[in-house]
Amino acid sequence: MTNSWTDIKNTDLVIVMGGNAAEAHPCGFKWVTEAKHHRGAKLIVVDPRFTRTASVSDYYAPIRPGTDITFLMGMIRWMIENDKVQWSYVKAFTNASFLVKEEFGWSDGLFTGYDEEKRDYDRSSWEYQLGEDGFALTDPTLQHPRCVWNLLKAHVDAYTPEMVERVCGTPKERFLKIAEMIGECSSPTKTMTSMYALGWTQHSKGSQNIRGMAMLQLILGNIGVPGGGMNALRGHSNIQGLTDIGLMSNLIPGYLNIPTEKEPDWETYMKSRQFKPLLPGQTSYWQNYSKFMVSFQKSMWGDAATAENDWAYHYLPKLDVPAYDMLRMFELMDQGKVNLYFCQGFNPLLALSNRGKNTSALSKLKLLVVMDPLQTETARFWENHGAFNDVDPSAIQTEVIELPTSCFAEDEGALVNSGRWLQWHWAAAEPPGQAKHDTWIMAQIFLRVRELYAAEGGAFPDPILNLTWPYADPSTPMPDELAREMNGTALADVTDPADPTKVLTAAGKQVKSFAELRDDGSTACGCWIYSGCFNEDGNNMARRDNSDPSGLGVHSNWAWSWPLNRRTLYNRASADLDGKPWDPERALLSWNGERWEGFDVPDIAPTAKPGEVMPFIMNPEGVSRLFSRGMMRDGPFPTHMEPFESPVQNVFNDRMRGNPVARMFESDAATLGTSDEFPFVATSYRLTEHFHYWTKHNKVNAAMQPEFFVEISEELAAEKGIQRGGKVRVWSKRGEVWAKALVTKRIKPLTCDGKTVHVVGIPLHWGFVGAAKKGWGPNSLTPAVGDANIETPEFKAFLVNIEPATGEALA
Amino acid sequence: MNIDLSRRGFLKLAGAGVAATSLGAMGFGGAEAAELAHVRAFKLTQTTETRNTCPYCSVACGVIIYGRADEAGKRRVVHIEGDADHPVNRGTLCPKGSALKDFVNAETRLTEPMIRRAGSDRFEPISWDEALDKIARALKDDRDANLLAANEAGVPVNRWSTAGFLAASATTNETAWLTYKVVRSMGIVGFDNQARV
Repeated sequence: MTNSWTDIKNTDLVIVMGGNAAEAHPCGFKWVTEAKHHRGAKLIVVDPRFTRTASVSDYYAPIRPGTDITFLMGMIRWMIENDKVQWSYVKAFTNASFLVKEEFGWSDGLFTGYDEEKRDYDRSSWEYQLGEDGFALTDPTLQHPRCVWNLLKAHVDAYTPEMVERVCGTPKERFLKIAEMIGECSSPTKTMTSMYALGWTQHSKGSQNIRGMAMLQLILGNIGVPGGGMNALRGHSNIQGLTDIGLMSNLIPGYLNIPTEKEPDWETYMKSRQFKPLLPGQTSYWQNYSKFMVSFQKSMWGDAATAENDWAYHYLPKLDVPAYDMLRMFELMDQGKVNLYFCQGFNPLLALSNRGKNTSALSKLKLLVVMDPLQTETARFWENHGAFNDVDPSAIQTEVIELPTSCFAEDEGALVNSGRWLQWHWAAAEPPGQAKHDTWIMAQIFLRVRELYAAEGGAFPDPILNLTWPYADPSTPMPDELAREMNGTALADVTDPADPTKVLTAAGKQVKSFAELRDDGSTACGCWIYSGCFNEDGNNMARRDNSDPSGLGVHSNWAWSWPLNRRTLYNRASADLDGKPWDPERALLSWNGERWEGFDVPDIAPTAKPGEVMPFIMNPEGVSRLFSRGMMRDGPFPTHMEPFESPVQNVFNDRMRGNPVARMFESDAATLGTSDEFPFVATSYRLTEHFHYWTKHNKVNAAMQPEFFVEISEELAAEKGIQRGGKVRVWSKRGEVWAKALVTKRIKPLTCDGKTVHVVGIPLHWGFVGAAKKGWGPNSLTPAVGDANIETPEFKAFLVNIEPATGEALA
Repeated sequence: MNIDLSRRGFLKLAGAGVAATSLGAMGFGGAEAAELAHVRAFKLTQTTETRNTCPYCSVACGVIIYGRADEAGKRRVVHIEGDADHPVNRGTLCPKGSALKDFVNAETRLTEPMIRRAGSDRFEPISWDEALDKIARALKDDRDANLLAANEAGVPVNRWSTAGFLAASATTNETAWLTYKVVRSMGIVGFDNQARV
């Protein structure tokens, strides 16, 4: 989230699209209710199903799964055509005025530079025109034909309300009504907030869905302001933290990058990370990259990371592919190229796309290690459960070790909520039986491997032997010790760059914040964005003062948020070019003539003059991007792409299937179905009584929604002869499931490109272990293709067929 | 003493009261003892309150966990409720959070290390020491055999792709950081977490 849960009460309009907050995030959704009740805010829901959120909305529109970009580009087109643009914001705080290279263009659904063979773009034309001084050329009048604004206008021109209806199946009058409601938020004193979740990410172009809304929000002037923002509701309780800390193939904590083979040395690695400002006087905060990176290396390898050995640069792995994400790993596993696999609190057999492939891949491992508080299907993938897990144990040679861990109630530490708050919690009980904390288990594994290397030698042991391990009891690193490492420590006195005689933080003390990190080896810091969470003031994440003098839900002294305890990202943009709040009623920050002051930590240098330094300090431009240059693989603007399995062809290019640059392994391409065999669009979702595959271990939740069902319209039920409560078989190119049919008015057939499109809803919860009845998850049916930028699998739009199953009706 | 009277319990007591009137002449002592004998003690007495966070979605509602030692002296969870001081949830919990106690105390919690041998149709217990030694040995052997120290151009790449690690979604930052250190130090590149899906 750019903002916070409590900030939602400041909004005038909520749009829930790509999520179902009332159902999936009920206690956060109460802030929507607050906004409706106290501010008269309205709620819009756009979703293939009339969800529980839709049932409390002011206005609802249906949409075909996987067509959100068309809807959003249509919205931007309508705003421009009807002059619903927050012009002062757009001109000053976005790259609307930047000139783009002459070669850049778009036609037939593709941008310039497409290489069909490589399934990739040459993105060199997706860039600004630069002057001789190295700064970007701009036209503040927005008249130049190559300025971003005019290119955007041209790009969205095709997305008329008629086109939206044709592609999305959203009735034109519903689209127009929503456009009018959203258009009102172009006023500087009205804001809209976007609440989204996996309904937007789980597509082969999920990142572009989100960009589409971010662009709309920028055009309305709604980023950085109270009651505005792009608010990813996020899934599990620490999905944010695990991402921040970079537990991904290509990440280093704080959104730094693991090097690639093209960066054979430190100098080359840093050369592409200079982040020189693209306009004079801009902050371009990533210019401090080397400070964060060196401090990370010092945190990992201490004295073994020196200036002479380039801070132990070669201790880091270097990638030959963009990432060994889990889709790639399961592909390699299925090819027999992976021997050992660890699952720490993760149940990929049910959570990863295409279960059949998951089973086949896991069966080729030598050793699978599962660490979990609960039984999981993954740990028992080899166990026969009839139709629910139809395997032959004797044919599976994988050895499985299952290690019992503590759960939240037995553990201490911080979790990061969607609003980036790091909230500390304490252990209330002891783990059951012989269960252990994950930290103890990881320490045991590491210490034993280190011992083996110390005793026997072996392949490149240096990064293992030299890993810092400064814990009082090496076998049991404590949460506060680990948190302090992430905050960072001064290894030598940290002095003021303006006055080297002045010591800011003495050697051995915790740094106050990342502003004190250095690239000369004098500081160590595990995760720079968390710096400040546990400094000499103590554990700031454990703070419990819930007061809110702002009245805006800022709660600055409750827990701690990254970065720097800032609660709203880009909050400098809540004030105009002179530093006055756009809306005096919702004043978060203002410029007092000398410095920024207000209720939140300014997202800009405290003395940065408002007319000179622009609010988007992480970008070398200083402004936000309506045109994202070459930063995304599938385009600098979002363009309509069909799901890989779709009942209709791409209206711009009938040769194009799915996202033209999404990675597709051959084995997965062979398992894609077409609409003649699989005519119905399926989508997955979650019920409010359930939390993924966890609550099926809980009798209360298992009983509240006891049985696996699929949701279909009355029209589809009539067409296929399916009875209300009858048993159905649903199958895709990849697998099949049997379920009870929930025949509902909540899903209606749509008309898209002249065809009737039926949607089948498939909730997730069921498996073959736990307290619930046995069932299947949607991943028995879904394809293993990920988003082109971040490889999140396409769970939200795929093709199935459905028929009544033999046997008695269950109801 | 705080007496937790259900409606049915109250009616039962009222019945006892009627009987007691005839007993009254002979004294009340017996009725009082009978009453105490069938009224359950307030269940949160002698519990310890601990601040925690709901582990499900990332609204991250504050919860108060009530723990008490069981017969074996092990502190167990007896009740969980919303934290009324928490600025986001203000004491409320959803249908999942309200039932958290039964997640913590689920019958399918794992309580001892287990191993499933190749081709077997069952798990069997294994000691922690044996399990951890086996894991460490497997890691060392596979890393020694498959770590790519340098690529064809001679660039050190320290890349190990035949082992992979999937990290969780609800473990603490501190667990995540320690996991990061261990996995990265070994050169494992097949590293991912639940945010991917």
